[in-house]
Amino acid sequence: MAPFDPVSAAIGGALIGLAATLLMLLAGRIAGISGILGDLVDLATGDRPWRLAFVAGLIAAPLVLAAGGHGLRAPAMPGWGIVVVAGLLVGFGTRLGSGCTSGHGICGIARFSPRSVAATLTFMIVAMLAVAIMRHAL
Amino acid sequence: MRIFSAFLCGLIFGLGLVISGMTDTAKVLGFLDVLAIPKGTWDPTLLIVMAAALVVSTPGLLLAKRRLRPLFADAAAWPMRSAIDRPLLAGAALFGAGWGLVGLCPGPAIANLATLSPLVLLFVAAMIAGMAAHDVWRRGTAWGLDTTVAADG
Repeated sequence: MAPFDPVSAAIGGALIGLAATLLMLLAGRIAGISGILGDLVDLATGDRPWRLAFVAGLIAAPLVLAAGGHGLRAPAMPGWGIVVVAGLLVGFGTRLGSGCTSGHGICGIARFSPRSVAATLTFMIVAMLAVAIMRHAL
Repeated sequence: MRIFSAFLCGLIFGLGLVISGMTDTAKVLGFLDVLAIPKGTWDPTLLIVMAAALVVSTPGLLLAKRRLRPLFADAAAWPMRSAIDRPLLAGAALFGAGWGLVGLCPGPAIANLATLSPLVLLFVAAMIAGMAAHDVWRRGTAWGLDTTVAADG
C-alpha cells in the first residue's frame, strides 16, 4: 500500500468535488457513477451519449496520468470467486439503493439530503463490518 | 458541448480518484479496517478525500441550484426523492458488503479498467450483471417502459 499522503488525498478529493460541480453546472446531471453506468447499460433508458462520454473520461484519466509518468498499477484483488460475489452485490445494491459513494456520499451529502446521509452511513458501516470479518474473524 | 463536458467531468473525476489513491483497493480497505485504529495502522485517506470533495461540491452544487438552467442542457435533473425507505437502506447495505469485500465502488472500478486487470474486468462485468439483475427483478423485464424518478446518483 502506498504511504499516507494527505496532500494528494485533498487535491484528488477537490478534483472529485469539482467534477461533480461542473457536471451539474454544464450538463445538469448528478455525478453518481452507479446511476450513470446503470442507466447506460439499462435498455429502458435513453439519453446515452453523455453517460458514455463520462465513462470514457473516467477510463481515460489513469491513462492520461500514466502518460505523465504517474504509473499505471492494477489494484490488489482477491480471488475470482469473491470478486464475482462483490461485483454482483455492488451492482445490485447501488441500483436498489439508488446510488453509491459518489451519488450519495459526495453529491447527496453536499445537497444535505437526509436520504443520502442515511445511505452513506449504512454502506460505510456495513463495509467496515465486512472488512472486520474478512480480515480479523476468518 | 454537453457530451464533451460530460467527458471532461469524467476525466476530472477520474484524475481525482487516481491522484487521491482511491483506485488503490489497499488504501480503501485500509480506511474501512477500523480495527486498525487502535493499532495505529489505519489509513484515513478516504475520509480526507471525501471531506475535500465536499468542501468543493457543497458550495458548487448550491451555486448550480441557484442557476436557472445548466449551460449545455435544457434542465437540471435533481434527485426528487426524500424518503428513507427499505430499498434505500437494503441497497446501501448490499453495496457496502460488496465494497468491503474488494475495496472497489463503481467509480474506481471503472477507472481501473484502464489497467486491463482481468480481475477488475470480471468485477465490472459482475457489477453490470448485478445492475441488470436488479432492473429485471424490479420491473419484470429489462425492456420495460417504467421510467421512475431520477436516482440519487
